[in-house]
Amino acid sequence: MFVIRCPYCGDRDMVEFTYGGDASKKHPDNIEEPDQAVWQAHVYERDNPRGWHLEWWQHTSGCRSWVKVARNTLTHEIAGTAAADEPLALPVSEDAS
Amino acid sequence: MTRYSVWNLIKGGLTGQRHWSRAWRDPDPKPSYDIIIIGGGGHGLATAHYLSKHHGLRNIAVLEKGWLGGGNVGRNTTIVRSNYLLDANSQFYEKSLKLWEGLSQDLNYNVMFSQRSVINLAHSKPQLDSYARRGNAMRLNGIDSELLDREEVRKLVPLLDFSENARFPVYGGLMQPRGGSARHDAVAWGFARSADAHGVDLIQNCEVTGFKIENGAVTGVETTRGSIGAKKVGLAVAGSTSHVAAMAGLNRLPIESHKLQAMVSEGLKPLVHQVITYGAGHFYISQSDKGGLVFGGDLDGYNSYAQRGNMPLIEHVAAVGMAMMPAIGRIRLLRHWSGIMDMSMDGSPIIGKTPIKGLYLNAGWCYGGFKATPGSGWCFAHTIANDEPHALNERFALNRFATGHLIDERGAGPIPGAH
Amino acid sequence: MSGQSFRLDKGGAIDRSVTLDFTFDGQIFQGHPGDTLASALVANGQRLLGRSFKYHRPRGLYSVGPEEPNAMVELRQGDRREPNTRATQVELYHGLVAQSQNRWPSLKYDIGSVNQIASKFIPAGFYYKTFMWPATWWEKYEFFICRAAGLGTASGQPDPDEYQKMHAHCDILIVGAGPAGLSAARVAGSSGARVILVDEREAPGGWLRFDRSFIEGDPGRDWVRRVMLELSGMDNVRILNRTTAFGYYDHNMVAAVERVQDHVAVPADYVPRQRLWAIRAKRAILATGAIEQPMAFGDNDRPGVMLAGAARAYVNGYGALPGRKAAIFTSNDSGYRTALDLLDVDAGVVTLVDTRPEGAAGPWAQAVKDRGVSVRSGSAVVRAKGAHEVTAVDVMPFAGGRLETIACDMVAVSGGWAPAVHLHSQSGGKLDWDQDAGCFVPGASPQACTSVGACAGRFGLQDCLNQGAEEAARLAQDIMGNPVAYGVPAVQGPDDTARQMIWEIPLGPDKGGKRFVDIQDDVTVEDIQLAHREGYVSVEHLKRYTTLGMGTDQGKTSNMAGLAIMAGLRNLSIPEVGTTKFRPPYTPVAIGALAGQEVGQHYRPLRRTPMDEWHVAQGAKWQDAGLWRRAQYYPQGNETIDDASHREVTATRSGVGLCDVTTLGKIDVQGPDAGEFLNRLYTNGFAKLPVGKARYGLILREDGLAWDDGTTSRLGENHYLMTTTTAHAGPVMTKMEFYLQTVWPDLRVHITSVTEQWAGFSIAGPKARHVLEKLIDIDLGNESFPFMAAADCRFDGCPARLFRISFSGELAYEVNVSADFGLEAWGKTMAAGAEFGIVPYGVESLGTMRIEKGHVAGSEINGQTTADDLGLGKMLSSKKAFIGKAMVNKPGFTDEDRQKLVGLVPVDGKTWIKAGAQLVDDASAPPPMPMLGHVTAIAFSPEMDMPIALALMSGGLKHEGRELDAAFPLKDSSVRVRIVSPHFIDPEGKRMHV
Repeated sequence: MFVIRCPYCGDRDMVEFTYGGDASKKHPDNIEEPDQAVWQAHVYERDNPRGWHLEWWQHTSGCRSWVKVARNTLTHEIAGTAAADEPLALPVSEDAS
Repeated sequence: MTRYSVWNLIKGGLTGQRHWSRAWRDPDPKPSYDIIIIGGGGHGLATAHYLSKHHGLRNIAVLEKGWLGGGNVGRNTTIVRSNYLLDANSQFYEKSLKLWEGLSQDLNYNVMFSQRSVINLAHSKPQLDSYARRGNAMRLNGIDSELLDREEVRKLVPLLDFSENARFPVYGGLMQPRGGSARHDAVAWGFARSADAHGVDLIQNCEVTGFKIENGAVTGVETTRGSIGAKKVGLAVAGSTSHVAAMAGLNRLPIESHKLQAMVSEGLKPLVHQVITYGAGHFYISQSDKGGLVFGGDLDGYNSYAQRGNMPLIEHVAAVGMAMMPAIGRIRLLRHWSGIMDMSMDGSPIIGKTPIKGLYLNAGWCYGGFKATPGSGWCFAHTIANDEPHALNERFALNRFATGHLIDERGAGPIPGAH
Repeated sequence: MSGQSFRLDKGGAIDRSVTLDFTFDGQIFQGHPGDTLASALVANGQRLLGRSFKYHRPRGLYSVGPEEPNAMVELRQGDRREPNTRATQVELYHGLVAQSQNRWPSLKYDIGSVNQIASKFIPAGFYYKTFMWPATWWEKYEFFICRAAGLGTASGQPDPDEYQKMHAHCDILIVGAGPAGLSAARVAGSSGARVILVDEREAPGGWLRFDRSFIEGDPGRDWVRRVMLELSGMDNVRILNRTTAFGYYDHNMVAAVERVQDHVAVPADYVPRQRLWAIRAKRAILATGAIEQPMAFGDNDRPGVMLAGAARAYVNGYGALPGRKAAIFTSNDSGYRTALDLLDVDAGVVTLVDTRPEGAAGPWAQAVKDRGVSVRSGSAVVRAKGAHEVTAVDVMPFAGGRLETIACDMVAVSGGWAPAVHLHSQSGGKLDWDQDAGCFVPGASPQACTSVGACAGRFGLQDCLNQGAEEAARLAQDIMGNPVAYGVPAVQGPDDTARQMIWEIPLGPDKGGKRFVDIQDDVTVEDIQLAHREGYVSVEHLKRYTTLGMGTDQGKTSNMAGLAIMAGLRNLSIPEVGTTKFRPPYTPVAIGALAGQEVGQHYRPLRRTPMDEWHVAQGAKWQDAGLWRRAQYYPQGNETIDDASHREVTATRSGVGLCDVTTLGKIDVQGPDAGEFLNRLYTNGFAKLPVGKARYGLILREDGLAWDDGTTSRLGENHYLMTTTTAHAGPVMTKMEFYLQTVWPDLRVHITSVTEQWAGFSIAGPKARHVLEKLIDIDLGNESFPFMAAADCRFDGCPARLFRISFSGELAYEVNVSADFGLEAWGKTMAAGAEFGIVPYGVESLGTMRIEKGHVAGSEINGQTTADDLGLGKMLSSKKAFIGKAMVNKPGFTDEDRQKLVGLVPVDGKTWIKAGAQLVDDASAPPPMPMLGHVTAIAFSPEMDMPIALALMSGGLKHEGRELDAAFPLKDSSVRVRIVSPHFIDPEGKRMHV
C-alpha cells in the first residue's frame, strides 16, 4: 500500500490514485506527427525496467492531477514525485544487469 | 527411472518406499547443446518434453535461475479452459486442452487434471449475449460450451447469491464442461521428469547473464555457471521477458510486467465443485483437492517485479468474492502471494521467431499461461525444431503489433493492465 | 466444578466464581471466564480433539497459541459455523458450541482411520504416481480424495455478521504485548510519540502470563498489570487487544484484524464481529515472540504429547492440568521449567529426558533433581505409546543400551524456540542464521521496522526488557527529536543454558511409530527422506511435494524441523538450504473481515438518475449500465419485455416518447483552445462548428481503433459541451486530462465532468415539438431551431439546455436541466405530453430504435473495430490530425475482409435472429467451420413488422443480398438471414429534419 506524494495535496494512500503507465515514453507532442513508427513506439513498446521506473499516476480521487512518480518495480520504493510539468530524475538502479 | 504405478506403490509399501529413483538428475552444464531453453518453468519444461519425446531431439538443456517450477507455474490459480472467442486463441487453447486430456498418461505423472467445468457468470442480458457470441464461436470451432439461464446456474451452484441482496443478480452463464483445474506443481514436475528421462539436462541455480550473438545469430549464453554454447535458444521466462530479452538486444518489447495476486483459504470439505468466474467484478474461484478455496482477481494495476501483494487488491478480491458467494465470509484466507505476468499489448501471447537467428520467443502470457502450458510447449517445440511456427501459433507473431493483426479478445486496447 | 477433574484449586487468571457451560461434540462441559476453549477442555480431561488430515489419526491439544496444528474445531452452529478454528485462540463464553472435524461417523470411531493401515502405501506425493488408469477416471478418484481431505465443513450460508475497517496512523507501532513489547511501549509512550500497541491474545503479557518469572521482585503478571495501567493513562497510546497484526505491506503499512466480538456468542447490535485495521506506522517495533519447536520421535502425535511451554502455560495461565504423570522430553531448559511448574502443583513428573549429553548444567537442573525427578541425560523418547492417548514412553540413551518403557499420561516436548520472524520477513527483511541459538533471526529490512526480544533471538527475560526499551528510546528520539530517559526493571531468576539443536530422533529398536514433522499435514521424517531420494531437495520443492507447512498453521512448528532435516540429508548447513517465504497472513483471516462493508447491495455504489423514483413508481424493470441502473422498460399489466418494447417504440415513432438519458457522460470544455483540443480528440472537425450547433463525433484510441462516440455542442465561442457513452464517461475524462496536463499543457482549455450536474431526457417522435412548446421558452420552429441546433433556454422558467439531436431517428430533442430539477421537469413533460399520448421508454426501446437506424453502440464499438468497420470511415478527417490517425492505415486494419457493420433480416421475414449468433455459410456442416461474422444486436421492428439485426460481417456490405446462417449452436438453432443495409428505417434521415 504505497504512499504517494501528490505535489498539490501531499501524502496520500495509493487507493486515491489511478496508474497511468510509463512516463518515460514520449507521446508525440505534435499531433501532426505523420510517422507511424513514432506512434508505434509510443503505443506498443516499453522498456519495462526491473528497478526504477518513471511512471504516471492520476490523483483521481483527489485533485485529478497527473503526477510523475519515480518508483522501483522490484521493491516498490518511491524515490520522489513531481508535477506533470516538472522534471523528475530516476535514481540509478542497482540492478543494472 | 521407476515407473509410476499403483503396483509400484504397493511394492514400495512393503519395502519402505525406498525404490523410487530421482524424478530428475542434477547435471552440471555441458560446454554446448543443440538447443537451450531458458526458463525451467511450465512452458520451458513442456517445450523440453515435446522437443525430446515428440521430436526425438537430444542434446537439450533447460537453464533455470532458481528451482524448477518456481515461476508462474507454481504460483497461479490452476485454471484450465479453452473458452475463447477469437479463432487464434480458441484453436490454440483447444489444442492445449486436448493435450491436457492425455497429459498424465503422456508424462506417467498424475497432474490431477480435473475436468470439473468452468462457469462464467453473466449479470445482464447484454452480457449473456456477448457470452453467447463466444459460446457459439466455441461450438463452431468444435469446442464444448453450454449457455445457462439463471435457474440452470442455480441448480449447478446453489452457493451463489440468488437473494434479493445481490447487487448484481446472476442472469445466466456460459459453461465449458471440459474446463477445470490441475495440480500446478505436478505439471512442472511431470514435464521435468519426462524431459529428464528423455535425456534433457535440467540445470537449476543457473541464471543467464548474457547472450553470445555472432552475425545476427545466437551461438550461446553466458550464465552464472559459465559460458554454454547453443545452436538454438528458446526464451520461456514469462514475468522476466523484457529483462532477459534485453540482454540479447531485443529491447522495448510490447510487454509490461504486472503483478497478479492469488489466494487460498484454509482446507475445507468439498464446497465449490466447479471453476466459477464472476461477471460483475474480476474474481475466479475453485477448490483444490486438498480442500483450499483457490481464488484471485484483477492485477494490482501497476508495473511490478515484486512477488508480494498489497492490501487494496486483496480487500477488493474479498469483496467481489462475497458478492458472488456470501457464504465464504467466515472462511479464512490462509495465504496470499503473487506472480509476475508478462502483460502483452493485446492480451495474447507471443510465440515465434525473433529478428535474431536461432533465438525464439515464448512470452506475453498475461494471465493465461497455466492452461496454455502443454500447448505452448508443443507449439514452441515445433517452432524451434522446424525453425518455423506451426499454424497454431503463427498468428502469435511478434510483428502483429506493427501490422495491426491484433488478437485482442476483450477489445481493451494497448493498455497491458486492462487485459 | 463437577467434571473439571483436571482443574487446579488455585492459580491461573480465571474466575472460578463464575461457571460457563459449553458443549464439545454434544457433551456438556464447564469452564470459567478467562479460559480458552483449549484450557477448558484440558481442565475437563478431554484429550481426543480431532483427526489428522491424511491418516485420520487421533489428535489432541499440542500448543497454547496460534501455532496449534491439531486442536481445530468447528465453532458455533448454523450460519455462524466456523471450521478449522483453533481451540487455543477461542475465548470461552457461556453456551459455546464446538464440534470436532474431519471424522465420520464420530471422533472416537472414524472410518477414515483405515488410512493408517494403508499409510505404508500412501507416502508423500503418492497421488502423483497413481490414479492415472483408466485415463478418464481421475474425477472419480478425485471425488473420494476430496471428501477424505479437507478439514472442517463450512456453513454454506451467508455470514450474518458485520465487519468494519479502520485506518490509523502512528509514530511507533508495537506488535506484541509480551515483555519486550511492553517494555518498548512504556518508553515509547513516555516520549510523547503516537503509539499503537497490538496484541493477538485475549490479554496482554505474552509469556509473562504463562511463565513464573519475577520482575522487580514481583510475579511477572503484576508487572504487566502495572505497565498496562501506566499505558492506559497515556493519551498518546492506543491499545488494541485481541488484534493480530497479520501482514506487513509496502511503505510500512501493517494490516491487523481485531476480534471485536468473537469472545461472545453473538455480536451485540451495531457492533462488528471483527475490524480490519490498516496501520501506517512511521516505525514499527516487532515484539512477536518465539514459537516452541517440537522434536520428531515415534508416534509423537499421540494425544497427551504437547509442547513443554504449553504444558506449563495451561498450569500457570489457566489453572488446568494437562496430565498427572508427565514425561518431559527436552533439548533445552524449557523442559526443566515445565517440570518444576508441574511439581509445584503436585503433578507427577515420571522422568525428564534431556537429549544433551550432560543435561542442563545450571540451577534448573539442580532444582529438578532436588525434587527427586529422574533425569535421563543424553537420551531420547523414541516412541509414545497408547492409542487414543499416550500411556507410556519408550526411552533410550543415544549411545545405545537399554530401552525403558515408562508409564505416563502426558509428554511435554521442547526442541527449543524459533523466533516468530513472519512480519519481519514479510516486510522484505532478510533472515540471518544464529548458530549459537540455532534459529533464524531478523537481518536487515528495507522497511522501517526493528525486531526486539524473543523474535529477535533474545530469549532471556532481562534481554527482552532491555532491548525493547532501548529500541523504543532510539526510535522515539528519531521521531520526537529529544533523547528519551528510561529505566529497565530487573529480573530475578537463573539464565538458561545452551540448547542442543536436534530435530529428529532415531526410531527405537522396533523401528515402530511415525515421526511427524508437520503434525497437521501428516508429514513424517520418512516423507522428507523420500522427497530427498526423489530429488525434491530445494525447500520449495520439499514443501510442495510433501505439503510440509501448507496447513492452517503454515508450519509454525514444522518448517524449521523440515528444512533442518533436509539440510542434514543434503550435507548442507541450515542457512545454505534456507527457508521458504513467510507468506501473509500470519494467522488466517476471515474473508468477511477483508471485504468489510462492501457486501450485498453495498458491494458497489448504485448510481441513480434524478428521475429514478419516478421510474420506480412506474414499475420499471432495470438494466445495469456500469454502476448506474437504467429503466429497461415500463411494463403495463402482464406485458413481457417484447410486448412493452413494441408498444413503447410504436408510441414513440407514431406520437412521442420520453427517455431518461442522464447517464451519458457530459464534459464541459472551455477556453480559447477548446476547439483545437476537440479537433485533436475527435476524428472529425469541431473547431469550426458554429456556436449553437451540435455535431456527432468519433474518438479513436491511440492504436487507431474506434473508442467512443457522442454528440458535442458548441454553446459559446470558447465553450463546448461534450457527451460520451455511459460506459466511457470516466475513461474519456481521464484521457482528456492526461492530454491537457502532460502532452499539450500549452492548450488553454479547462474541462470539468458535469455528468451529475445535469439531468437529461430525450423526447422523441413526431409530436415531440408540440410537447416541448408548452414548456420551453424559445421558438422551436424547424427554421429557428433546426436539426442539430443547441441552445440555452428556460424549461418552465428554469435554466435548461436544449439540443435537437436524435438517436431514435425521429424528430427529437434532448433536454438538460439541473439535476435537482430533473424529477420535476420529467413529471412536467409527462403531464404536458399527456394530451399527445406520451409514453416513457426504456433502454430496450432505445436499443430497438437505434438498431432500426443502424446507429452503432457498445456491442459494435467493442474495442476491436475500426471506424471503417462501423461505417464511419467518412468521419476520419483528411484535413486535420487527430488521435489515432497515424495508425489507421495498418494492413491489419484496412483488410477489406475485416468484419464490418451490416444489417440482417430473416429470410422468412418472421423468425427472430438471436443476439450472439455467428454467421456461417451452412450451420449444419460439422465443426470446425469458418465464421464470417456475428450478430451484435437484435430487435423486433414494429414498423417493419419483422425481426431485424445488426451484425459485423467479413467484407461488410459488399455481400449485400447474400444469404447466410445465423447459427446459434448453443441452443441448436439457426436462422437463415439476408445481408441488408443497416439503415432499416428512414435511411435518408428525413424524419429528424421535419
